[in-house]
Amino acid sequence: MTAIAQNTAPPRWWHSRAVRRFRNHKLAMIGVVMIVTLTLACIFGPYLLPYDSLHIDLRARFSPPLTGNYYLGTDPLGRDIAARLLMAGRISLMVGFFAMVLSTLIGTIIGVIAGYRGGWLGAGLMRLVDAFLSFPSIFLLLALAALLKPSPVMITIIIAVTSWMEVARIVEAEVRSLREREFVQAGRMLGLSGAHIMFREILPNAMGPIIVAATLTVARAILLEAYVSFLGYGIQPPLPSWGNMLNGAQQYLASAPWLAIIPGITITIAVTSFNFIGDGLRDALDVRSDPV
Amino acid sequence: MLGFLLNRLWQSAVLLVIVSIIGFVVLNLIPGGPLSQFALDPGMTQADIDRIAAQMGLDRPIVVQYFDWAWKLLQGDWGHSFRDGAPVLDVIWRHLFATLLLMGSSTVIAIALGTWIGIRGATHRYSTFDYVATVGAMVALSIPTFWFGLVGIYVFALKLGWVPAGNMYTIGDQSVLNYLHHLILPSFVLALVNIAIWSRYMRSATLDVINQDFVNTARAKGVTERRVLMKHVVGNALLPMITLAGMQLPSILSGALVTETVFTWPGMGRLFLDSLGYSDYPVVMGLLMFSAILVLAGNLIADIVVAVVDPRIRLG
Repeated sequence: MTAIAQNTAPPRWWHSRAVRRFRNHKLAMIGVVMIVTLTLACIFGPYLLPYDSLHIDLRARFSPPLTGNYYLGTDPLGRDIAARLLMAGRISLMVGFFAMVLSTLIGTIIGVIAGYRGGWLGAGLMRLVDAFLSFPSIFLLLALAALLKPSPVMITIIIAVTSWMEVARIVEAEVRSLREREFVQAGRMLGLSGAHIMFREILPNAMGPIIVAATLTVARAILLEAYVSFLGYGIQPPLPSWGNMLNGAQQYLASAPWLAIIPGITITIAVTSFNFIGDGLRDALDVRSDPV
Repeated sequence: MLGFLLNRLWQSAVLLVIVSIIGFVVLNLIPGGPLSQFALDPGMTQADIDRIAAQMGLDRPIVVQYFDWAWKLLQGDWGHSFRDGAPVLDVIWRHLFATLLLMGSSTVIAIALGTWIGIRGATHRYSTFDYVATVGAMVALSIPTFWFGLVGIYVFALKLGWVPAGNMYTIGDQSVLNYLHHLILPSFVLALVNIAIWSRYMRSATLDVINQDFVNTARAKGVTERRVLMKHVVGNALLPMITLAGMQLPSILSGALVTETVFTWPGMGRLFLDSLGYSDYPVVMGLLMFSAILVLAGNLIADIVVAVVDPRIRLG
């Protein structure tokens, strides 16, 4: 009975081949599990821990992991590293996510216009992409972060402004190859506006590569935030981020190595997860494996 | 060939102009603009600042200012450091060698290990080695370089004591051996990401070539598998690597900056951070422009080398 009901039901998106292939991708599933666990821990974890992330206990400074209720030890001010790690995760993951949204938006718009319009405008926009790619991203990022007032929102914007180029390149190539296809010509003959053809007709067909690039951008953005904050130009304390927890860790490397090791491993886990998921999506959505 | 060269030169020149415009915009983002050095001085009144602005020509239209700035840049006048008044190009020049040394040695390591891992992965496809290399490369790309440097220092400098924890040489001992001793750890740290990238590239490049007709012909003629690999497969797979090396230049430079900060390596990255700390904007802007020019030049050279080596491009 149930089998018949299933067969007559219209196919749902989660029954599609892409989803099945993604679910069979072992690394991608590991990535999904890790990132979901990490996100849930960052959302609910701080309420379950005995100490607040800002609670200072000067008698318990530099406690190694597993001292009393300090499961991951304490920092130079005697604050609970576990609590700070989870609160930092909220910031770092949010920065990574919103930087991805913003940079994908910028890259998609520029890529679609450059690819569809072509000509002088397209060539000019793609030269702009090349020019931005000529700056070592860290140099540009740090210069902007040092010049502008650092706040989580500003850091997110700066990271997005320095990492939209990959998406623009991918989208431009994809749109350029779709531009002369029959369904686009049909749209033109029907008298649809340029914007409608670009964003409603062509863009949905280029979603695969965009989704893959966006996933990898989250990974990149988390790494960039970590580095800028590590140097003190990113998220400012007392607001914790995975990067600024590492700020100052180098000077205590010999006496308190856990200060460096714990946030670093957390960053690596988060970034690895997004890279695994991106890899799985690339296979599932049948995106031509791009060099690097 | 000449047409190709001229075309590439023209493209680089256009890019350089766009790069300089971006640089100029960033320069003018500084609160107070190029006058920020005077704004820091409490003895300065607004009238003084206005007078200096007029003297420096900052009251002119922005387009005129850009051309003036770009013209000076072309003539080698990149301004003076706020810290010691030295010309910016001289300051950068003093730090260039250390960065190039670090980038060079880590690239050698990355090419050697990446090529080996990539080819082995391709010839032993779907083996345990291939699987570990694939997953390992993805994890390696996910490790923050600066943190990997910290872990390296903790393990190899603090715990094992095999290598120094930083700097380029011990004061008073400038022998080659001493330089090499300091170079090992930062080179490997910087190489990690590139080993991952090179090995993935090499694997797919080798797989592309490995079953092509000319390779099979060589096998059929009785050439040993080892010679086939070395001569035909690697020879052809290495070609796209030259372009890749050019393309990777900005990220290697970024990585060098990151590595230098952790290892107190006296290169351009360290200089960049110190200058940020001192709000030494002429040097910051100089480094931003200089690194972009370095990248453009690197890409141009890579393209020319490929054109010289590959007859398909040279004659086509």
